[in-house]
Amino acid sequence: MSFENVRWEEIWEASKDTLSMTVWSLAFTIVIGFILGLILFLTSRRQLLEQSIVYSVLSFVVNIIRSVPFVILMITIMPFTKLITGTTFGVAGTIPPLIVAAAPFFARLVETALREVDRGVIEAAVAMGASKWDIVSRVLLREARPGLLAAVTVTAVTLVSYTAMSGVIGGGGLGDLALRYGYQRFQTDVMLVTVVLLIVLVQLLQTAGDLLVRRYSRK
Amino acid sequence: MMQEGLKLIHLESITKKYRVGSTSVDAVTDISLTVRKGEIFGIIGHSGAGKSTLLRCINLLERPSSGTVNVGGVDLTKLTDRQLQKERRKIGMIFQHFNLLSMATVRENIAFPLKLAKLSGTEIKNRVDELLKLVGLEGHGDKYPAQLSGGQKQRVGIARALANNPDVLLCDEATSALDPQTTNAILSLILDINQKLGITVVLITHEMQVIRSICDRVAVIDDGQIVELGDVIDVFLKPQHKVTQDFVDEVSDSAGDLGQLVKARSGRVFRVHFVGELTYEPILYNAVKKTSVQFAILQGTISRMKQTPYGELIVELIGPDAEIGGIIDRLKQDGLNVEELT
Repeated sequence: MSFENVRWEEIWEASKDTLSMTVWSLAFTIVIGFILGLILFLTSRRQLLEQSIVYSVLSFVVNIIRSVPFVILMITIMPFTKLITGTTFGVAGTIPPLIVAAAPFFARLVETALREVDRGVIEAAVAMGASKWDIVSRVLLREARPGLLAAVTVTAVTLVSYTAMSGVIGGGGLGDLALRYGYQRFQTDVMLVTVVLLIVLVQLLQTAGDLLVRRYSRK
Repeated sequence: MMQEGLKLIHLESITKKYRVGSTSVDAVTDISLTVRKGEIFGIIGHSGAGKSTLLRCINLLERPSSGTVNVGGVDLTKLTDRQLQKERRKIGMIFQHFNLLSMATVRENIAFPLKLAKLSGTEIKNRVDELLKLVGLEGHGDKYPAQLSGGQKQRVGIARALANNPDVLLCDEATSALDPQTTNAILSLILDINQKLGITVVLITHEMQVIRSICDRVAVIDDGQIVELGDVIDVFLKPQHKVTQDFVDEVSDSAGDLGQLVKARSGRVFRVHFVGELTYEPILYNAVKKTSVQFAILQGTISRMKQTPYGELIVELIGPDAEIGGIIDRLKQDGLNVEELT
Protein backbone atom coordinates (compact mmCIF):
# COMPACT_ATOMS: atom_id res chain seq x y z
CA MET A 1 0.00 0.00 0.00
CA SER A 2 1.23 3.46 -0.79
CA PHE A 3 0.56 6.33 1.55
CA GLU A 4 -0.09 8.87 -1.25
CA ASN A 5 -3.06 10.50 0.50
CA VAL A 6 -1.37 10.89 3.83
CA ARG A 7 -0.38 14.46 4.57
CA TRP A 8 1.93 14.05 7.50
CA GLU A 9 1.65 17.68 8.50
CA GLU A 10 -2.07 17.27 8.91
CA ILE A 11 -1.57 14.03 10.80
CA TRP A 12 0.83 15.80 13.14
CA GLU A 13 -1.66 18.63 13.78
CA ALA A 14 -4.47 16.12 14.38
CA SER A 15 -2.28 14.14 16.80
CA LYS A 16 -1.56 17.28 18.76
CA ASP A 17 -5.27 18.06 18.88
CA THR A 18 -6.09 14.56 20.13
CA LEU A 19 -3.41 14.83 22.77
CA SER A 20 -4.50 18.25 23.94
CA MET A 21 -8.18 17.20 24.08
CA THR A 22 -7.24 14.10 26.06
CA VAL A 23 -4.96 15.93 28.48
CA TRP A 24 -7.31 18.86 29.18
CA SER A 25 -10.42 16.77 29.49
CA LEU A 26 -8.57 14.25 31.65
CA ALA A 27 -7.39 17.01 33.99
CA PHE A 28 -10.90 18.39 34.50
CA THR A 29 -12.40 14.91 34.66
CA ILE A 30 -10.02 13.92 37.43
CA VAL A 31 -10.83 16.98 39.53
CA ILE A 32 -14.61 16.94 39.03
CA GLY A 33 -14.94 13.15 38.97
CA PHE A 34 -12.83 12.74 42.08
CA ILE A 35 -14.96 15.16 44.07
CA LEU A 36 -18.13 13.44 42.81
CA GLY A 37 -16.71 10.00 43.60
CA LEU A 38 -15.60 11.07 47.04
CA ILE A 39 -19.05 12.48 47.83
CA LEU A 40 -20.66 9.28 46.51
CA PHE A 41 -18.41 7.20 48.73
CA LEU A 42 -18.71 9.30 51.88
CA THR A 43 -22.49 9.66 51.70
CA SER A 44 -23.12 5.97 51.00
CA ARG A 45 -24.43 3.61 53.63
CA ARG A 46 -22.31 3.11 56.77
CA GLN A 47 -19.70 5.63 55.70
CA LEU A 48 -18.43 8.78 57.40
CA LEU A 49 -21.05 11.22 56.09
CA GLU A 50 -23.89 8.78 55.47
CA GLN A 51 -26.65 10.79 53.72
CA SER A 52 -28.98 8.49 51.84
CA ILE A 53 -30.83 11.31 50.02
CA VAL A 54 -27.67 13.00 48.73
CA TYR A 55 -26.32 9.62 47.71
CA SER A 56 -29.48 8.56 45.88
CA VAL A 57 -29.83 11.82 43.95
CA LEU A 58 -26.18 11.93 42.96
CA SER A 59 -26.14 8.27 42.07
CA PHE A 60 -29.25 8.72 39.90
CA VAL A 61 -27.75 11.67 37.99
CA VAL A 62 -24.50 9.80 37.43
CA ASN A 63 -26.40 6.79 36.11
CA ILE A 64 -28.44 8.91 33.72
CA ILE A 65 -25.41 10.61 32.20
CA ARG A 66 -23.61 7.30 31.94
CA SER A 67 -26.49 5.66 30.12
CA VAL A 68 -26.57 8.26 27.31
CA PRO A 69 -24.32 7.21 24.39
CA PHE A 70 -21.46 9.68 23.98
CA VAL A 71 -22.44 10.76 20.47
CA ILE A 72 -25.96 11.65 21.63
CA LEU A 73 -24.67 13.36 24.77
CA MET A 74 -22.31 15.48 22.71
CA ILE A 75 -25.15 16.76 20.53
CA THR A 76 -27.58 17.19 23.43
CA ILE A 77 -25.33 19.45 25.45
CA MET A 78 -24.25 21.66 22.52
CA PRO A 79 -25.99 24.77 23.94
CA PHE A 80 -24.14 24.25 27.21
CA THR A 81 -20.84 23.77 25.37
CA LYS A 82 -21.42 26.96 23.38
CA LEU A 83 -22.20 28.85 26.57
CA ILE A 84 -18.91 27.82 28.16
CA THR A 85 -16.43 27.87 25.27
CA GLY A 86 -18.23 29.98 22.68
CA THR A 87 -18.00 27.21 20.10
CA THR A 88 -19.13 23.64 19.51
CA PHE A 89 -16.32 22.87 17.08
CA GLY A 90 -12.68 22.00 17.29
CA VAL A 91 -10.68 21.21 20.36
CA ALA A 92 -12.40 23.75 22.63
CA GLY A 93 -15.87 22.64 21.60
CA THR A 94 -15.06 19.00 22.32
CA ILE A 95 -13.60 19.30 25.80
CA PRO A 96 -16.87 20.09 27.71
CA PRO A 97 -18.79 17.05 26.40
CA LEU A 98 -15.74 14.89 27.05
CA ILE A 99 -15.72 16.01 30.69
CA VAL A 100 -19.47 15.66 31.10
CA ALA A 101 -19.28 12.12 29.78
CA ALA A 102 -16.12 11.02 31.55
CA ALA A 103 -16.52 12.64 34.99
CA PRO A 104 -19.46 10.43 36.12
CA PHE A 105 -17.63 7.40 34.76
CA PHE A 106 -14.49 8.33 36.68
CA ALA A 107 -16.59 9.14 39.77
CA ARG A 108 -17.89 5.55 39.87
CA LEU A 109 -14.35 4.21 39.54
CA VAL A 110 -13.23 6.47 42.39
CA GLU A 111 -16.16 5.32 44.54
CA THR A 112 -15.21 1.68 43.91
CA ALA A 113 -11.52 2.32 44.62
CA LEU A 114 -12.36 4.04 47.92
CA ARG A 115 -14.69 1.22 48.88
CA GLU A 116 -11.73 -1.15 48.55
CA VAL A 117 -9.98 0.59 51.45
CA ASP A 118 -10.08 -1.67 54.51
CA ARG A 119 -12.81 -0.46 56.88
CA GLY A 120 -10.63 -1.49 59.78
CA VAL A 121 -7.95 1.01 58.80
CA ILE A 122 -10.53 3.80 58.79
CA GLU A 123 -11.81 2.60 62.16
CA ALA A 124 -8.26 2.63 63.54
CA ALA A 125 -7.81 6.21 62.33
CA VAL A 126 -11.05 7.28 64.01
CA ALA A 127 -9.90 5.58 67.21
CA MET A 128 -6.65 7.56 67.04
CA GLY A 129 -8.58 10.80 67.00
CA ALA A 130 -8.48 11.55 63.27
CA SER A 131 -10.99 14.09 61.95
CA LYS A 132 -13.01 13.35 58.82
CA TRP A 133 -10.65 15.53 56.82
CA ASP A 134 -7.64 13.61 58.23
CA ILE A 135 -9.28 10.39 57.17
CA VAL A 136 -9.85 11.58 53.61
CA SER A 137 -6.42 13.15 53.18
CA ARG A 138 -4.23 10.80 55.21
CA VAL A 139 -6.01 7.47 54.95
CA LEU A 140 -8.36 7.21 51.97
CA LEU A 141 -6.18 9.00 49.41
CA ARG A 142 -3.13 7.08 50.50
CA GLU A 143 -4.65 3.62 50.80
CA ALA A 144 -6.66 3.89 47.58
CA ARG A 145 -3.71 5.19 45.54
CA PRO A 146 -3.20 2.10 43.34
CA GLY A 147 -6.95 1.85 42.67
CA LEU A 148 -7.17 5.56 41.88
CA LEU A 149 -4.20 5.38 39.48
CA ALA A 150 -5.84 2.44 37.71
CA ALA A 151 -9.06 4.45 37.49
CA VAL A 152 -7.20 7.38 35.90
CA THR A 153 -5.64 5.02 33.36
CA VAL A 154 -8.96 3.48 32.35
CA THR A 155 -10.50 6.93 32.09
CA ALA A 156 -7.64 8.29 29.96
CA VAL A 157 -8.05 5.42 27.51
CA THR A 158 -11.80 5.97 27.40
CA LEU A 159 -11.23 9.66 26.70
CA VAL A 160 -8.99 8.86 23.73
CA SER A 161 -11.76 6.84 22.15
CA TYR A 162 -14.29 9.58 22.95
CA THR A 163 -12.08 12.20 21.25
CA ALA A 164 -12.09 10.02 18.16
CA MET A 165 -15.88 9.88 18.24
CA SER A 166 -16.08 13.63 18.54
CA GLY A 167 -14.98 13.75 14.92
CA VAL A 168 -18.66 13.22 14.10
CA ILE A 169 -19.46 16.80 15.10
CA GLY A 170 -16.24 18.26 13.75
CA GLY A 171 -14.32 17.89 16.92
CA GLY A 172 -10.88 17.76 15.34
CA GLY A 173 -8.08 15.37 16.10
CA LEU A 174 -7.26 11.94 14.71
CA GLY A 175 -10.85 10.69 14.82
CA ASP A 176 -11.97 13.66 12.75
CA LEU A 177 -9.25 12.93 10.21
CA ALA A 178 -10.20 9.27 9.99
CA LEU A 179 -13.82 10.21 9.47
CA ARG A 180 -13.29 12.92 6.87
CA TYR A 181 -10.60 11.28 4.76
CA GLY A 182 -10.78 7.63 5.60
CA TYR A 183 -14.54 7.18 5.69
CA GLN A 184 -15.99 9.95 3.54
CA ARG A 185 -13.27 9.94 0.84
CA PHE A 186 -12.34 6.25 0.99
CA GLN A 187 -8.69 7.04 1.73
CA THR A 188 -7.89 3.80 3.51
CA ASP A 189 -4.25 4.78 4.05
CA VAL A 190 -5.24 7.81 6.13
CA MET A 191 -7.64 5.65 8.12
CA LEU A 192 -4.88 3.14 8.77
CA VAL A 193 -2.37 5.72 9.94
CA THR A 194 -4.84 7.34 12.35
CA VAL A 195 -5.93 4.01 13.75
CA VAL A 196 -2.32 2.95 14.27
CA LEU A 197 -1.57 6.22 16.03
CA LEU A 198 -4.59 5.80 18.30
CA ILE A 199 -3.50 2.27 19.15
CA VAL A 200 -0.02 3.51 19.99
CA LEU A 201 -1.46 6.28 22.19
CA VAL A 202 -3.72 3.88 24.08
CA GLN A 203 -0.88 1.40 24.58
CA LEU A 204 1.37 4.12 25.93
CA LEU A 205 -1.27 5.34 28.37
CA GLN A 206 -2.09 1.84 29.59
CA THR A 207 1.57 0.90 30.03
CA ALA A 208 2.35 4.10 31.90
CA GLY A 209 -0.70 3.56 34.12
CA ASP A 210 0.22 -0.05 34.86
CA LEU A 211 3.76 0.99 35.78
CA LEU A 212 2.47 3.61 38.19
CA VAL A 213 0.02 1.19 39.78
CA ARG A 214 2.77 -1.36 40.26
CA ARG A 215 5.11 1.28 41.63
CA TYR A 216 2.56 2.15 44.33
CA SER A 217 1.26 -1.31 45.21
CA ARG A 218 2.32 -2.61 48.62
CA LYS A 219 0.21 -5.71 48.97
CA MET B 1 -3.34 -8.30 92.64
CA MET B 2 -4.92 -4.92 92.76
CA GLN B 3 -7.55 -4.13 95.31
CA GLU B 4 -9.87 -1.13 95.29
CA GLY B 5 -7.90 1.21 93.02
CA LEU B 6 -8.89 4.49 91.48
CA LYS B 7 -11.50 4.02 88.83
CA LEU B 8 -10.38 5.07 85.39
CA ILE B 9 -13.21 3.93 83.18
CA HIS B 10 -16.82 3.83 84.20
CA LEU B 11 -19.60 2.67 81.94
CA GLU B 12 -23.04 3.37 83.31
CA SER B 13 -26.14 1.55 82.03
CA ILE B 14 -24.83 1.10 78.50
CA THR B 15 -27.37 -0.17 76.00
CA LYS B 16 -26.65 -0.43 72.31
CA LYS B 17 -29.47 -1.16 69.91
CA TYR B 18 -29.12 -1.97 66.24
CA ARG B 19 -31.84 -1.72 63.68
CA VAL B 20 -32.19 -4.88 61.66
CA GLY B 21 -34.85 -4.18 59.08
CA SER B 22 -37.84 -2.91 61.02
CA THR B 23 -36.92 -4.54 64.32
CA SER B 24 -34.39 -3.37 66.86
CA VAL B 25 -31.87 -5.75 68.38
CA ASP B 26 -29.88 -5.17 71.56
CA ALA B 27 -26.18 -5.88 71.16
CA VAL B 28 -25.51 -4.73 74.71
CA THR B 29 -28.20 -4.47 77.39
CA ASP B 30 -27.81 -2.20 80.39
CA ILE B 31 -24.19 -2.93 81.23
CA SER B 32 -22.45 -1.01 84.00
CA LEU B 33 -18.76 -1.58 84.48
CA THR B 34 -15.81 -0.02 86.26
CA VAL B 35 -12.19 -0.49 85.25
CA ARG B 36 -9.56 0.46 87.83
CA LYS B 37 -6.47 2.45 87.05
CA GLY B 38 -3.50 0.21 86.25
CA GLU B 39 -5.30 -3.10 85.97
CA ILE B 40 -5.67 -5.47 83.05
CA PHE B 41 -9.36 -6.03 82.65
CA GLY B 42 -10.56 -8.87 80.44
CA ILE B 43 -13.94 -9.25 78.80
CA ILE B 44 -14.64 -12.74 77.54
CA GLY B 45 -17.58 -13.98 75.55
CA HIS B 46 -18.53 -15.99 72.50
CA SER B 47 -18.73 -14.26 69.15
CA GLY B 48 -21.91 -12.24 68.97
CA ALA B 49 -22.12 -11.88 72.75
CA GLY B 50 -21.62 -8.12 72.48
CA LYS B 51 -18.06 -7.83 73.77
CA SER B 52 -16.79 -6.08 70.68
CA THR B 53 -19.62 -3.54 70.81
CA LEU B 54 -18.96 -2.98 74.51
CA LEU B 55 -15.25 -2.35 73.90
CA ARG B 56 -16.06 0.09 71.11
CA CYS B 57 -18.36 2.00 73.43
CA ILE B 58 -15.33 2.92 75.56
CA ASN B 59 -13.86 5.14 72.83
CA LEU B 60 -17.23 5.78 71.20
CA LEU B 61 -16.39 4.00 67.96
CA GLU B 62 -19.89 2.77 68.75
CA ARG B 63 -22.10 5.37 70.31
CA PRO B 64 -24.33 3.71 72.92
CA SER B 65 -28.07 4.14 72.45
CA SER B 66 -28.26 5.08 76.12
CA GLY B 67 -25.91 5.29 79.09
CA THR B 68 -22.76 7.27 79.81
CA VAL B 69 -19.09 6.56 79.17
CA ASN B 70 -16.65 8.12 81.59
CA VAL B 71 -12.93 7.81 80.89
CA GLY B 72 -10.47 9.59 83.17
CA GLY B 73 -13.21 11.75 84.66
CA VAL B 74 -14.58 12.93 81.29
CA ASP B 75 -18.03 11.96 80.07
CA LEU B 76 -17.23 11.19 76.44
CA THR B 77 -20.86 11.10 75.37
CA LYS B 78 -21.21 14.81 76.12
CA LEU B 79 -18.27 16.00 74.00
CA THR B 80 -18.22 17.75 70.64
CA ASP B 81 -16.53 15.97 67.72
CA ARG B 82 -13.34 17.97 68.15
CA GLN B 83 -13.17 17.39 71.92
CA LEU B 84 -13.81 13.69 71.41
CA GLN B 85 -10.97 13.48 68.86
CA LYS B 86 -8.65 14.95 71.47
CA GLU B 87 -9.80 12.56 74.23
CA ARG B 88 -9.39 9.60 71.88
CA ARG B 89 -5.66 10.33 71.69
CA LYS B 90 -5.47 9.25 75.33
CA ILE B 91 -7.06 5.90 74.48
CA GLY B 92 -4.89 3.60 72.38
CA MET B 93 -6.44 0.69 70.53
CA ILE B 94 -5.13 -2.43 68.82
CA PHE B 95 -7.08 -4.75 66.57
CA GLN B 96 -7.40 -8.40 65.61
CA HIS B 97 -6.45 -7.65 62.01
CA PHE B 98 -3.93 -4.96 62.99
CA ASN B 99 -5.53 -2.33 60.71
CA LEU B 100 -2.25 -0.81 59.61
CA LEU B 101 -1.96 1.52 56.64
CA SER B 102 -0.79 -0.85 53.91
CA MET B 103 0.65 1.98 51.82
CA ALA B 104 2.76 3.35 54.65
CA THR B 105 6.00 2.06 56.16
CA VAL B 106 6.27 0.89 59.76
CA ARG B 107 7.69 4.29 60.74
CA GLU B 108 4.90 6.15 58.95
CA ASN B 109 2.30 3.96 60.61
CA ILE B 110 3.67 4.67 64.06
CA ALA B 111 4.02 8.37 63.20
CA PHE B 112 0.37 8.62 62.15
CA PRO B 113 -1.12 9.47 65.57
CA LEU B 114 1.84 11.79 66.28
CA LYS B 115 1.10 13.74 63.11
CA LEU B 116 -2.53 13.99 64.17
CA ALA B 117 -1.29 15.44 67.46
CA LYS B 118 0.75 17.95 65.41
CA LEU B 119 4.19 17.09 66.78
CA SER B 120 7.23 18.47 64.96
CA GLY B 121 9.34 16.36 62.60
CA THR B 122 12.21 15.81 65.06
CA GLU B 123 9.86 15.04 67.94
CA ILE B 124 8.11 12.48 65.76
CA LYS B 125 11.37 10.90 64.66
CA ASN B 126 12.64 10.55 68.22
CA ARG B 127 9.36 9.19 69.54
CA VAL B 128 9.12 6.65 66.70
CA ASP B 129 12.66 5.47 67.47
CA GLU B 130 11.72 5.00 71.13
CA LEU B 131 8.57 3.09 70.23
CA LEU B 132 10.34 0.83 67.72
CA LYS B 133 12.73 -0.08 70.50
CA LEU B 134 9.95 -0.61 73.04
CA VAL B 135 8.14 -3.14 70.84
CA GLY B 136 11.35 -4.78 69.58
CA LEU B 137 11.16 -3.71 65.95
CA GLU B 138 14.44 -1.84 65.53
CA GLY B 139 15.65 -2.21 61.99
CA HIS B 140 12.18 -2.84 60.58
CA GLY B 141 11.15 0.82 60.37
CA ASP B 142 11.34 1.14 56.60
CA LYS B 143 9.43 -2.04 55.79
CA TYR B 144 5.84 -2.11 54.66
CA PRO B 145 3.24 -4.11 56.62
CA ALA B 146 3.00 -6.71 53.84
CA GLN B 147 6.65 -7.58 54.52
CA LEU B 148 6.02 -8.34 58.22
CA SER B 149 4.76 -11.41 60.07
CA GLY B 150 1.50 -11.29 62.03
CA GLY B 151 3.29 -10.84 65.33
CA GLN B 152 5.40 -8.01 63.93
CA LYS B 153 2.31 -6.31 62.53
CA GLN B 154 0.70 -6.42 65.96
CA ARG B 155 3.88 -4.92 67.44
CA VAL B 156 3.51 -2.04 65.01
CA GLY B 157 -0.13 -1.76 66.10
CA ILE B 158 0.96 -1.61 69.73
CA ALA B 159 3.65 1.00 69.03
CA ARG B 160 1.10 3.09 67.16
CA ALA B 161 -1.42 2.76 69.98
CA LEU B 162 1.15 3.86 72.56
CA ALA B 163 2.55 6.76 70.52
CA ASN B 164 0.66 9.51 72.32
CA ASN B 165 1.27 8.05 75.82
CA PRO B 166 -2.31 6.98 76.38
CA ASP B 167 -3.85 6.18 79.78
CA VAL B 168 -5.74 3.22 78.39
CA LEU B 169 -5.01 0.51 75.85
CA LEU B 170 -8.03 -1.21 74.31
CA CYS B 171 -7.30 -4.62 72.78
CA ASP B 172 -9.84 -5.98 70.33
CA GLU B 173 -9.09 -9.72 70.03
CA ALA B 174 -5.48 -8.67 69.63
CA THR B 175 -4.08 -12.18 69.54
CA SER B 176 -6.90 -14.08 67.84
CA ALA B 177 -5.22 -14.00 64.43
CA LEU B 178 -1.87 -15.16 65.78
CA ASP B 179 -0.36 -18.58 66.38
CA PRO B 180 0.06 -19.76 70.02
CA GLN B 181 3.74 -18.82 70.33
CA THR B 182 3.24 -15.37 68.87
CA THR B 183 0.18 -14.97 71.07
CA ASN B 184 2.30 -15.54 74.16
CA ALA B 185 4.93 -13.08 72.98
CA ILE B 186 2.33 -10.38 72.32
CA LEU B 187 0.60 -11.06 75.65
CA SER B 188 3.86 -10.68 77.54
CA LEU B 189 4.52 -7.44 75.68
CA ILE B 190 1.10 -6.14 76.76
CA LEU B 191 1.76 -7.24 80.34
CA ASP B 192 5.16 -5.57 80.22
CA ILE B 193 3.66 -2.31 78.98
CA ASN B 194 1.03 -2.48 81.71
CA GLN B 195 3.64 -2.94 84.40
CA LYS B 196 6.36 -0.60 83.12
CA LEU B 197 4.23 2.24 81.84
CA GLY B 198 1.26 1.79 84.15
CA ILE B 199 -1.17 1.81 81.25
CA THR B 200 -4.59 0.40 82.04
CA VAL B 201 -5.56 -2.36 79.62
CA VAL B 202 -9.05 -3.47 78.61
CA LEU B 203 -9.07 -6.51 76.35
CA ILE B 204 -11.72 -8.64 74.80
CA THR B 205 -11.18 -12.22 73.78
CA HIS B 206 -12.93 -15.53 73.33
CA GLU B 207 -9.92 -17.44 74.68
CA MET B 208 -9.73 -18.19 78.40
CA GLN B 209 -5.99 -18.72 77.95
CA VAL B 210 -5.59 -14.99 77.30
CA ILE B 211 -7.56 -14.09 80.43
CA ARG B 212 -5.57 -16.55 82.51
CA SER B 213 -2.18 -15.33 81.30
CA ILE B 214 -2.44 -11.60 81.89
CA CYS B 215 -5.73 -10.36 83.31
CA ASP B 216 -6.38 -9.18 86.86
CA ARG B 217 -10.15 -9.11 86.62
CA VAL B 218 -12.57 -10.54 84.13
CA ALA B 219 -16.14 -9.96 83.05
CA VAL B 220 -17.94 -12.79 81.32
CA ILE B 221 -20.46 -11.51 78.84
CA ASP B 222 -23.28 -13.47 77.28
CA ASP B 223 -26.14 -12.27 75.16
CA GLY B 224 -25.32 -8.61 75.77
CA GLN B 225 -25.11 -8.88 79.54
CA ILE B 226 -22.42 -9.45 82.14
CA VAL B 227 -23.09 -12.83 83.72
CA GLU B 228 -20.04 -12.95 85.95
CA LEU B 229 -17.40 -10.48 87.09
CA GLY B 230 -14.54 -10.74 89.52
CA ASP B 231 -10.87 -11.42 90.11
CA VAL B 232 -9.62 -13.87 87.51
CA ILE B 233 -8.51 -16.36 90.12
CA ASP B 234 -11.96 -16.50 91.75
CA VAL B 235 -13.83 -16.72 88.50
CA PHE B 236 -11.42 -19.37 87.34
CA LEU B 237 -11.56 -21.59 90.37
CA LYS B 238 -15.23 -21.17 91.14
CA PRO B 239 -17.08 -20.38 87.95
CA GLN B 240 -20.73 -19.74 88.76
CA HIS B 241 -22.38 -19.35 85.40
CA LYS B 242 -22.69 -22.08 82.75
CA VAL B 243 -20.95 -19.92 80.12
CA THR B 244 -18.02 -19.29 82.46
CA GLN B 245 -17.73 -22.99 83.26
CA ASP B 246 -17.51 -23.79 79.56
CA PHE B 247 -14.73 -21.26 79.12
CA VAL B 248 -12.85 -22.63 82.13
CA ASP B 249 -13.24 -26.20 80.88
CA GLU B 250 -11.58 -25.18 77.63
CA VAL B 251 -8.29 -24.55 79.38
CA SER B 252 -8.51 -27.13 82.16
CA ASP B 253 -6.36 -30.13 81.53
CA SER B 254 -8.80 -32.67 82.95
CA ALA B 255 -8.56 -35.98 81.19
CA GLY B 256 -11.96 -37.38 80.44
CA ASP B 257 -15.19 -37.35 82.40
CA LEU B 258 -14.66 -36.62 86.07
CA GLY B 259 -18.02 -38.11 87.07
CA GLN B 260 -17.15 -41.47 85.53
CA LEU B 261 -13.79 -41.44 87.23
CA VAL B 262 -15.26 -40.72 90.66
CA LYS B 263 -17.86 -43.48 90.34
CA ALA B 264 -15.22 -46.02 89.43
CA ARG B 265 -13.30 -45.40 92.66
CA SER B 266 -13.95 -47.15 95.98
CA GLY B 267 -12.59 -44.40 98.26
CA ARG B 268 -13.80 -40.83 98.78
CA VAL B 269 -12.73 -38.36 96.09
CA PHE B 270 -11.95 -34.69 96.73
CA ARG B 271 -11.09 -31.70 94.60
CA VAL B 272 -8.35 -29.62 96.20
CA HIS B 273 -7.49 -26.10 95.00
CA PHE B 274 -4.48 -24.20 96.13
CA VAL B 275 -3.31 -20.74 95.18
CA GLY B 276 -0.11 -18.78 95.59
CA GLU B 277 2.97 -20.03 97.43
CA LEU B 278 0.96 -22.89 98.96
CA THR B 279 1.15 -24.50 95.55
CA TYR B 280 4.73 -25.53 96.12
CA GLU B 281 4.34 -26.76 99.76
CA PRO B 282 4.12 -30.48 100.67
CA ILE B 283 0.77 -29.84 102.35
CA LEU B 284 -1.02 -32.98 101.27
CA TYR B 285 1.80 -35.19 102.45
CA ASN B 286 2.00 -33.38 105.80
CA ALA B 287 -1.72 -33.81 106.38
CA VAL B 288 -1.71 -37.50 105.60
CA LYS B 289 1.58 -38.70 107.06
CA LYS B 290 0.51 -39.30 110.69
CA THR B 291 -2.71 -41.08 109.78
CA SER B 292 -3.46 -44.48 108.34
CA VAL B 293 -5.06 -42.84 105.30
CA GLN B 294 -3.60 -43.49 101.88
CA PHE B 295 -4.05 -41.21 98.93
CA ALA B 296 -4.02 -41.51 95.17
CA ILE B 297 -3.86 -38.53 92.82
CA LEU B 298 -6.36 -39.10 90.03
CA GLN B 299 -5.80 -35.85 88.20
CA GLY B 300 -3.67 -32.82 88.75
CA THR B 301 -2.73 -29.44 87.34
CA ILE B 302 -0.19 -26.95 88.50
CA SER B 303 -0.18 -23.77 86.51
CA ARG B 304 0.06 -20.03 86.69
CA MET B 305 -2.55 -17.37 86.53
CA LYS B 306 -0.71 -14.22 85.52
CA GLN B 307 2.06 -14.35 88.20
CA THR B 308 0.08 -16.40 90.69
CA PRO B 309 0.77 -20.12 90.82
CA TYR B 310 -2.27 -22.29 91.40
CA GLY B 311 -3.05 -25.94 91.38
CA GLU B 312 -5.94 -28.31 91.31
CA LEU B 313 -5.75 -31.94 92.42
CA ILE B 314 -8.39 -34.63 92.28
CA VAL B 315 -7.42 -36.90 95.16
CA GLU B 316 -8.85 -40.18 96.38
CA LEU B 317 -8.48 -40.76 100.12
CA ILE B 318 -8.73 -44.32 101.40
CA GLY B 319 -9.10 -44.92 105.12
CA PRO B 320 -11.42 -44.45 108.17
CA ASP B 321 -13.93 -41.59 107.78
CA ALA B 322 -12.88 -39.94 111.06
CA GLU B 323 -9.31 -39.64 109.93
CA ILE B 324 -10.31 -38.41 106.48
CA GLY B 325 -12.43 -35.74 108.18
CA GLY B 326 -9.39 -34.67 110.18
CA ILE B 327 -7.28 -34.39 107.05
CA ILE B 328 -9.88 -32.28 105.28
CA ASP B 329 -10.09 -29.92 108.27
CA ARG B 330 -6.35 -29.58 108.35
CA LEU B 331 -6.16 -28.83 104.61
CA LYS B 332 -8.84 -26.18 105.02
CA GLN B 333 -6.95 -24.65 107.91
CA ASP B 334 -3.88 -24.40 105.69
CA GLY B 335 -5.92 -22.29 103.32
CA LEU B 336 -6.83 -24.86 100.71
CA ASN B 337 -10.16 -25.08 99.05
CA VAL B 338 -11.54 -28.62 99.39
CA GLU B 339 -14.67 -30.00 97.88
CA GLU B 340 -15.88 -33.60 98.03
CA LEU B 341 -16.91 -35.10 94.72
CA THR B 342 -18.23 -38.48 95.87
